[in-house]
Amino acid sequence: MTDLPAASTNGFKSGSRLEKVLRAGHFAVTGELGPPQNADPEIIRKKARLLLGACDAANITDNQTAIVRMSSIGAGILALQEGLEPVIQMTCRDRNRLAMQSDILGAYALGLRNLLCLTGDHQSFGNHPTAKNVHDLDSVQLIQMVAGLRDKHAFQCGDAIKGIEPRFFIGAAANPFGDPFEWRPIRLGKKVKAGADFVQTQLIYNVERFAQFMERVRKLGLHKQVYILAGVGPLKSPGMAKYMRDEVPGLDVPNHFVDRMTAAGEGIDKEDKKARNEAFRREGIKIAIELVQQMRQIEGVAGVHIMAIEWEEAVRPIVEGAGLFPRPEVTAARMAEPAAQG
Amino acid sequence: MIVAEQKPLDEIKGLLGEAQTVLVVGCGTCVTVCFAGGDKEAGILASSLRMASRIDGTPKDVTHITVQRQCEVEYIDPLADSIRQADVVLSIGCGIGVQALAERYPDKVVLPGLNTSFLGLPSEQGVWEERCAACGSCILGVTGGICPIARCAKQLLNGPCGGSQGGVCEIGHETPCAWQLIYDRLNAQGRLHLIEELQPAKDWSTSRDGGPRRITREDLRLAAEAAE
Ligand code: SF4
Ligand code: SF4
Repeated sequence: MTDLPAASTNGFKSGSRLEKVLRAGHFAVTGELGPPQNADPEIIRKKARLLLGACDAANITDNQTAIVRMSSIGAGILALQEGLEPVIQMTCRDRNRLAMQSDILGAYALGLRNLLCLTGDHQSFGNHPTAKNVHDLDSVQLIQMVAGLRDKHAFQCGDAIKGIEPRFFIGAAANPFGDPFEWRPIRLGKKVKAGADFVQTQLIYNVERFAQFMERVRKLGLHKQVYILAGVGPLKSPGMAKYMRDEVPGLDVPNHFVDRMTAAGEGIDKEDKKARNEAFRREGIKIAIELVQQMRQIEGVAGVHIMAIEWEEAVRPIVEGAGLFPRPEVTAARMAEPAAQG
Repeated sequence: MIVAEQKPLDEIKGLLGEAQTVLVVGCGTCVTVCFAGGDKEAGILASSLRMASRIDGTPKDVTHITVQRQCEVEYIDPLADSIRQADVVLSIGCGIGVQALAERYPDKVVLPGLNTSFLGLPSEQGVWEERCAACGSCILGVTGGICPIARCAKQLLNGPCGGSQGGVCEIGHETPCAWQLIYDRLNAQGRLHLIEELQPAKDWSTSRDGGPRRITREDLRLAAEAAE
């Protein structure tokens, strides 16, 4: 992985912990933290403490599934104060290029260093289906804009930034199972060309199909230009596995995982919900550990992105079980005032 | 063409309120072709309103008339007499027709009887689909003749989002993913390179975002002046 292009100035593009871990050649682990549908900072702090030490950085979702939540930047600052490095997610659904750039300046000034550029789920999925969506830029154009702010010291319009430019480690998402399947590596290539430094994939359960995707990615040489973190998530129950298999667009959950989750509850009294849930969760974590280990074997995979939303406790045992604990020490990014106090 | 559909009768009744004499004005162009506001629909709507008002115990005098094109002054000029006699005008032209009548007859209350929906085409009997969002800067040349502005739920310009599955858009079971269509057509034509290029941020100033739009053709203005 060290043949990635050398960065400018201080040797790093952003100086984030995630960037340093990846640049040092470690197999990276990112987690995910979903902000609450209220203004309670304690919820973020509590989740951040669960993830701290178990991952190198954690994504802070941006109105995930189009449901209004505490802002990604606001929650990200709280996480940073707890010592957890955030990856700020930003969707194109809710903001135009003016709002995005001003938020990016603000986020950088507050000490945030990783930014994941996303299209965003359609608002019809969420709790404000009558909203107007923005999509002034698409995710590829957002990546281009964030790279321009950093590398050209220029706003999207071309005006120069006079003063400090925001230097983010730029992330993109990839869904290896979205259609058209054959074109997904090309789309990833567009994101790389636009300036993505790392990529996190959609949840992967169909490892074989993901391996096919990676083969195409390697043929295009993309794994040498961008760090690819494979998405892994623990299944909570057979119901969740079925729902993800049948209802979630862009997810591919093979039947044998549904069967394994169902089998995990066999022999336990149906009335003993607690024991059944625990058995399901144990199996879910076991499957996730296996998936992480399989991902590590795939050439070009630089890390895993563990998505355990509303089950942050699961990340640590997965990371431990996969032999990825403790996480490597790197000199943390220079932090802004609030973080230094935190 | 412009595709529209009739508002629910109750909403129209609410809009009409206490008005006694109502003139329903149909249009012979797009809304005739999409069976929303042609002469036939104007007649049916007028009689439904008459009947409903009788049932409600406050009978209204509702008549109807249809012009070839509601969006041009020459066609709506001859309506002056009929419009004078009506308390309100209920247009079942598109939103442009409603506004043309309101501009030409500024003293009259002109009400909309349709919801103007989109620019599209009939895809099969009884089904109309959106095709263009009038963005003012057409990119069909690089997207295989399929418009991602009007037909992708997120107006994406660089390929499909992660929610595209089995040819269907993530928003629902009957909406084709525009980017799957674009991919399929360009693939069949051997022109996929067109969408491999980065499509830069779109200039939306030619679209509605730039404010109300206007086109001035000096050549035509000069020709008109010369003819006078
Ligand atoms: S690109 Fe613009 S002008 Fe062309 S079809 Fe789409 S919306 Fe209409
Ligand atoms: S699924 Fe296809 S049409 Fe729907 S938003 Fe995504 S790219 Fe656009």
